[in-house]
Amino acid sequence: MAVLLFAGFLCLYRIAKGPSAPDRTVAIDILGTLMVGFCAVLTWTTGKDFYMNIGITWALLSFLGTIALAKYLEGRNFDE
Amino acid sequence: MNEAIGAVLMTVGVLFDLFGCVGLVRLPDVYNRLQAATKCVTLGTCMILIGVTFILGIGSAGVRSILCAVFILLTSPVAAHALARAAYLAGIRLWDGSVVDAYAGHEQRDTEVETS
Repeated sequence: MAVLLFAGFLCLYRIAKGPSAPDRTVAIDILGTLMVGFCAVLTWTTGKDFYMNIGITWALLSFLGTIALAKYLEGRNFDE
Repeated sequence: MNEAIGAVLMTVGVLFDLFGCVGLVRLPDVYNRLQAATKCVTLGTCMILIGVTFILGIGSAGVRSILCAVFILLTSPVAAHALARAAYLAGIRLWDGSVVDAYAGHEQRDTEVETS
């Protein structure tokens, strides 16, 4: 669990530091998938089933959010 | 026996997640980060979910765990593909050490398809 939390903090570091918007979007997507695994570990350690519901919902919302952000990023250009 | 298999799967999955996130921090480019992190974290999370299924058995939590693993296996590559395409079309340049840019000639055709 501590390893998963450390990986999540690495993702947060990339979200905070990422030089461009797609970097942050990638990190948010990865963080969502990580948290699904974290919910699965919570299901095992606490023995409560509803954490898996949270994981499924998180996976779905993360996918929808990533697609929406990708569509939003496609529509604009970064002029240099 | 099932618990041993589940524990091994979960340990390997957690390590895959950690290495994917290390790649997310260490690699130089959006596309490198995307491919390292997406593949490692997708496989790692699916291994954690299948390990939880092995430990808890086919119950209400185990079936939902398998469902979640299948969902992640289906949607994560789609999301990564959409993100890479969006990053390319948004004008993010490749890293200087990149060797080949196979998508370079397709930009014009894509915009034509989109506008038509």
